[in-house]
Amino acid sequence: MIGRKFASLVAVAMAALLSAVACGTGSTTGKGTVHVLAVWAAAEQDSFMAVLKPFEAQTGIHVLYESTRDVDSVLATRIAAGNPPEVASLPSPATLTKYAGQGKLVQLDNGILDMTAINSQYSPGWIKLGTINGKLYEVFAWAAVKGLVWYDPVKFTAKGYQVPTTWADLMTLQAKIKADGTTPWCIAVSSGAASGWPGSDWVKEIVLSQAGPTVYESWWQGKTKWTDPAIKSAWQTWGTILGPNDANVSGGSKTILSQPFGNGGDGMFKSPPKCYMHNQASFITDNFVKQDNAVPGTDFKFFALPDVDPQYAGSHVGAGDAFSMLKDTSQARALIKYLTTPDAQAIWVKRGGKLSPNKSFDLSNYPDDTTKQVAQVMTGAKIFAFDAGDLMPDAMKSAYWGAVLKFVADQSKLDSILQGLDAVQATAYK
Amino acid sequence: MDFSVLLSDVPTLLIVIVGVPAVLGAYIVGGEYLVRLLPDKSRPAVRPWIWVGPALVIVGVFLVYPVVGTAWRSLFDTSGDNFVGLSNYANQLAGFPNGNAWIALRNNIYWLVLFTLVVLFFGLLFAVLTDRVPYESPVKSLIFMPMAISFVALSVIWLFMYSYQQPGDPQTGTMNAILQVFHHDPVTWVEDANIATLALIAAGIWGFVGFAMVILSAALKGIPGDLLEAARVDGAGEMTIFRRVIFPLMMPTIVVVGTTLVIFALKAFDIVYVMTGGNFDSDVLANRMYKLAFVAFEPGLSSAVAIILVAAVVPVLIFNLRQFRAVEARR
Amino acid sequence: MTIASERIAVPAAERRFSPDWLGQVFSKGLLHVVVIGITLMWIVPTLGLLVSSFRSPSDIASSGWWTALSPPFKFTLDNYTGVLNTSNLGTSFFNSFMITIPATVIPVSIAAFAAYAFSWMKFWGRDFFFLALVGLLAVPLQATFIPILSLFVKFGLTPENVGFLGLWLAHTGYGLPFAIYLLANFFRSLPTDLFESAEIDGAGTLTVFFRIVLPLSVPAIASLVIFQFLWIWNDYLVALIYVGGTADFAPLTVTIANLVNSNGQGWELLTAAAFFSMIVPLIVFFSLQRFFVRGILAGSVKG
Repeated sequence: MIGRKFASLVAVAMAALLSAVACGTGSTTGKGTVHVLAVWAAAEQDSFMAVLKPFEAQTGIHVLYESTRDVDSVLATRIAAGNPPEVASLPSPATLTKYAGQGKLVQLDNGILDMTAINSQYSPGWIKLGTINGKLYEVFAWAAVKGLVWYDPVKFTAKGYQVPTTWADLMTLQAKIKADGTTPWCIAVSSGAASGWPGSDWVKEIVLSQAGPTVYESWWQGKTKWTDPAIKSAWQTWGTILGPNDANVSGGSKTILSQPFGNGGDGMFKSPPKCYMHNQASFITDNFVKQDNAVPGTDFKFFALPDVDPQYAGSHVGAGDAFSMLKDTSQARALIKYLTTPDAQAIWVKRGGKLSPNKSFDLSNYPDDTTKQVAQVMTGAKIFAFDAGDLMPDAMKSAYWGAVLKFVADQSKLDSILQGLDAVQATAYK
Repeated sequence: MDFSVLLSDVPTLLIVIVGVPAVLGAYIVGGEYLVRLLPDKSRPAVRPWIWVGPALVIVGVFLVYPVVGTAWRSLFDTSGDNFVGLSNYANQLAGFPNGNAWIALRNNIYWLVLFTLVVLFFGLLFAVLTDRVPYESPVKSLIFMPMAISFVALSVIWLFMYSYQQPGDPQTGTMNAILQVFHHDPVTWVEDANIATLALIAAGIWGFVGFAMVILSAALKGIPGDLLEAARVDGAGEMTIFRRVIFPLMMPTIVVVGTTLVIFALKAFDIVYVMTGGNFDSDVLANRMYKLAFVAFEPGLSSAVAIILVAAVVPVLIFNLRQFRAVEARR
Repeated sequence: MTIASERIAVPAAERRFSPDWLGQVFSKGLLHVVVIGITLMWIVPTLGLLVSSFRSPSDIASSGWWTALSPPFKFTLDNYTGVLNTSNLGTSFFNSFMITIPATVIPVSIAAFAAYAFSWMKFWGRDFFFLALVGLLAVPLQATFIPILSLFVKFGLTPENVGFLGLWLAHTGYGLPFAIYLLANFFRSLPTDLFESAEIDGAGTLTVFFRIVLPLSVPAIASLVIFQFLWIWNDYLVALIYVGGTADFAPLTVTIANLVNSNGQGWELLTAAAFFSMIVPLIVFFSLQRFFVRGILAGSVKG
């Protein structure tokens, strides 16, 4: 009799549990849903949601957005388990390229995207980046430019410093600032598991403007070795920026290694300044405003990092957010189509923090003068190359960042550091 | 913050809170009822399986199945198509003693020894000392607080603690501020290959002493008070009581806590991943395994490291078996 | 009991080295100094975070937290309002409860059943299974994600179909080895005569378990509940893998991690968020503290 009592209890409890469990899951109304996985969080997430709003309103499709900084491992797990999101955006196209090679991505130039529009709106470079084995798998909705050197115009004028336009000018300015008793640069590479990447930006910018786009391309493709004189001399050129024992940088190697990259430029705004220049992508202006109470245009401006070899004048490194489709649904098709339109891209651009890679994009959409100038650096570039690190396989990129830390700690170990990178290069490109 | 969702979904939560224990209680009561239907002789043979059954099934699915799969996978190459024997292990264990896996292994040994011993020491110290003060509860709560913090927050705290500014500047990190008081140059605690691992272990110790304290304290409270009273009446000093009564009676629990800490030390991941990412010679096996799996996309190598990690626990198991048998024998 | 009291019969010589007055000085003075001293040392990092959580990012970056404790006091609530204004915070707070409560109750109950069998029943392969369980504690969870998620997808245990059920089961699987190990150790140390007298009284297995074993193991169960609750409350990766970070399912940890954007901006909010997410675990700890009382066992052994 106890048994019967408990049997009924089990039945009731099971029923209640199942209903509770199922509760709140049946809300897939309207025209269906599409899952999107990306790295954007906080204010970036708000901007992306703003981009999606008109899409959801027009189509009735509900976008389920998922954000994580561990996007690579989450995506890898979901793909391996056979449960990928329909659409994903990764900061590094290399990972998507790898999935394209494994047949995990949906081809986009096969009726999904209007290729006439894409070809007229995107420069061939962006399309080539997303094309693997002749098929388009990745499209870029937003972009960023690297190699921007930030400075405080008031302090520059006070000391009579001129904005350099050539590498020689930069070297002269650097020497002058040093002679005046201040370290010219502020550099900070600490970034948790990704520590080293801000230094890797320096190296790739120098490779592009010193060795040229051909070497740059064969380098990220793994065809030029790290010990190759062209690559080695790029590190050495960076060494002339750092100075012997990193003496050109405020605080030397200890500060470079330990300072979080977000605090990297703080030293420029100290009184007296600890440094006069800081090389970082445009997102850093937010930190200047918030942490240093600096005013854009008056307290800080930027100049594009000069080209080392005048032969490659006008070369710039940029980055972008690549989108791919992992499951072919009509909702995912609609979304990816929408994200390539200038209208969709303009929503985020107006909110700040992003540039549009779209040729037909109207410059008046940029929210302020600084951003507009940054956009002009990109559109005016004679040689525009995508971030080499983001194009390398993850293992290569991660070793590259680690090498930056070792180089900053002890520049004399360059040869053994580069040999270590060659060893990784030998296995990473499979 | 929008709390309206709490109101609308509270019924769901209540059903879960009532329903889950009801199902579990019903299982064991119903199971025991079924056992009683059996003939007297076969009951002792069937009953244990009713009690351990759910645990074995769930552990079988969620841990044994993946481990067996991982062990199998570790014998294949990156693509998973070709059997390569033990060469993934050979690959990872090559280059003694400066290979990256060896550095990780060395750091795991630092973790294992320092983390385990220091956490045990402080845990025992707090359990015993707070037992004797009237303000036990607030003190224990304060010591316990780091446990309530997620690993991410813990790493934020310690990055603040270890923060470095140039000599001469006002230090923002507590540790370097203390050094400054003693006119010592500031130190880059987690960016210096010589001390990074120690600095990470210190953060781990701080976060885990609460764990050891709570369990050891529970064991201490299980020692009958009259036993301690009797010893005091016999004129034994507090140190003697600790050595001769408390410590021996707590030994099984110390073994449990120690074993758990050893295993946590082997699995150390979050602190390393968030604070240094394994740079500055501070890598550990679990982080290496993660990097091989999700950065280098080398499932074969990553599986080999995972199996090395699991295999490292065997000596601990042998020790536990002895302990286990000893307790049995004493009954 | 008699064995234990014999063991502590102290030799006379040893007694002379610890005279009463010394013991008293130790317990009254030094004890308080040591306890309070180490406690203060221990809370410095947390205190630093607490103070920082009331400071602006520019202040945190330019001066140590201790400078905020002297005038001019420049405290701000911005970090807390920033956290509280996060969209989806309410839902994820609720989700954390929906995940944590069952994922604590299920493994602790199942572990209690199993630990009872491991410590007081005899069956084939008992020691082997027990040791295997302890060994499985060492399994790095990252190695289980792909096979388990594949199973979930295959059998439809995805959040769209079954809500948090898959995650509860995963947390149960990951938590069981420690739970069984801890509880079996405590159950095993219960005096044998308890069970013998219960058997003489004709009590069944269920009665012994619910009326004797569980009440006597309250401190152990309380500590286990505390830890299981904490670990799941603070878990980030397991939830992210099995139920994902979409608004409907994301727990508090996932929402809080998203306070920081991909350029590292918003880190100052983590200071306040750490305290916000600590509230519930601390309440659990405080409410279970009262079960750590001496002598629960002593009374019953006598009786």
